[in-house]
Amino acid sequence: METTPTIANAPTLAQRAYNIRRNALRMGEVQGQGYIAQALDIADVLAVAYFHAMHYRPEQPSWEGRDRFLLSNGHYAIALYAALIEAGIIPEAELETYGSDESRLPMSGMASYTPGMEMSGGSLGLGLSIAVGIALGLKRKNSSARVFTLFSDGELDEGSVWEAIMSAAHHKLDNLVAIVDVNNQQADGPSTEMMAFEPLVDKLRGFGWFVQRVDGNDLDAVVAAFDTAKSCPEPRPRIIVADTLMGKGVPFLEQREKNHFIRVEPHEWQLALGALEAGRQ
Amino acid sequence: MAARAWRARSREAVMKPSGSAAPTGKPRLTTSAMIASIAAEGQRTRPAPFGHALVELARNRADVVGMTADLGKYTDLHIFAKAFPDRYYQMGMAEQLLFGAASGFAAEGFMPFATTYAVFASRRAYDFIHQTIAEEDRNVKIVCALPGLTSGYGPSHQAAEDLALFRAMPNMTVIDPCDAHEIEQVVPAIAAHQGPVYVRLLRGQVPVVLDEYGYNFELGKASLIRDGRDVLIISTGFMTMRALEAAKALTGDRVDAAVLHVPTIKPLDSETILREAGKPGRLVVVTENHTVIGGLGEATAALLMRSGVHPVFRQIALPDEFLAAGALPTLHDRYGISTAEVSRQIKQWLGR
Repeated sequence: METTPTIANAPTLAQRAYNIRRNALRMGEVQGQGYIAQALDIADVLAVAYFHAMHYRPEQPSWEGRDRFLLSNGHYAIALYAALIEAGIIPEAELETYGSDESRLPMSGMASYTPGMEMSGGSLGLGLSIAVGIALGLKRKNSSARVFTLFSDGELDEGSVWEAIMSAAHHKLDNLVAIVDVNNQQADGPSTEMMAFEPLVDKLRGFGWFVQRVDGNDLDAVVAAFDTAKSCPEPRPRIIVADTLMGKGVPFLEQREKNHFIRVEPHEWQLALGALEAGRQ
Repeated sequence: MAARAWRARSREAVMKPSGSAAPTGKPRLTTSAMIASIAAEGQRTRPAPFGHALVELARNRADVVGMTADLGKYTDLHIFAKAFPDRYYQMGMAEQLLFGAASGFAAEGFMPFATTYAVFASRRAYDFIHQTIAEEDRNVKIVCALPGLTSGYGPSHQAAEDLALFRAMPNMTVIDPCDAHEIEQVVPAIAAHQGPVYVRLLRGQVPVVLDEYGYNFELGKASLIRDGRDVLIISTGFMTMRALEAAKALTGDRVDAAVLHVPTIKPLDSETILREAGKPGRLVVVTENHTVIGGLGEATAALLMRSGVHPVFRQIALPDEFLAAGALPTLHDRYGISTAEVSRQIKQWLGR
């Protein structure tokens, strides 16, 4: 019940993560730009969420029993689309439409556009508040579904995030699993230099959450963190602080200094796909 | 650079030290409390009409939940909390969270009634309502006390611009009820409507007026409550009560006033407004408990211009300035929205 059944010859999580990265790079190539470094850094977390931790039905994205996934940082939409394509919720052919007029895959994620997109993010700091309402609603319905929500370390600057952090603990929302992507990069520079948020684990524990901090690009560690978040018997909301590397999997992108919004030269997308392929284990 | 003038000194009625009398010799009124009623002395009222109507609704609808940000008692939601304690969610003094969480509740199929003061919904949590409720078209009912000038606490609590802000938000239905009779009917009507709604709430002891006119609320409909030959007063919220009182008083000056009540600010009942404003020979006055900018007055003016209907047009509304603290009767007189001031302005415009 708690884990996805093992299917013979099913792709491994590493393969899933690779495919998510490849889908994201292909979408980036369509637009010639994008938040590609974030997509590459969060691909491992999304692989574990969608192919290990969460229950859902690809052919029925609004299935009542599904685990909800809220993307608060709407500019990570390229990463979530890549995961939704890999999960079979969005047809792979739509990848070619990313960010184009009339596409269901806009640059910033919105609930009204895309199957499997549960909220309209982009104005940062919204997701955790919505997640609190959904978690309360699920409890009211006696549903065993969980709400997962991803937000970025930059969003920790937003006061509303801390309203929701207090509220989730107050209401003992043990059906809420938050993931904060600590890639230490926001629009104007390194997140820790914009507004210091460390020691993050101590802060979140002090606010009453069950906190784990892991290397967000270590698949085994991420799997263990999701498993523990689900099995933990404590009546608290859970959060996984995931330290990630911008551009993960494409060495020349990992090394670019200013990579909040990457400009990639037209010829570099194929180089990036090649580098990703070369680094595959 | 000139020193900033203290607000009280910019007024004609300069406050005297405590205990003294105002220049007129009348006892000086004190700042209206947060729970002040707008009812006049001796006026018929009903207590907490929203709270009681919501309890009535919730008896038949299990999807209704009540949510507030530390203002349950001040938005009459405490009546609901007492009747349905397990369906009442206290979100703390956190308005952004309140509306985000209301969106989440609605996403799960519930119909949250989320309450706070109008200033906090419109000014503090605007983006949260815009993005998580309006853009996602969630079925959240936003019910807010202290609309316009119904608090004497000054701009921190006076939501003079809430109609303008919520009118500008796509998907949002905007309602400004007049009295207890109407509030009781608004609650089931907005529950029957799928989508986000903003309601301006009169709470506590709320005047009862419109039942005498055989009036019933219909979402999206304006209603001619009284006909007259000389002036058409188009009004919303409790200004309809003031307009009706003014209309009565004006008969003594041989002024025959019609009153068109427009409780739904958005979507606007263009057909009825154009029909009434298009009748020849009447001054058209739009009055509202709201700044002159962006409310019913400007919505009506734009409608008339677009439609080629050009009556002589005037507005009675709050000025475009930060309003003063003080007693509501004083402030309503000062800013022209008391019954006496409505009558006086109309007589002046008609040359009577």
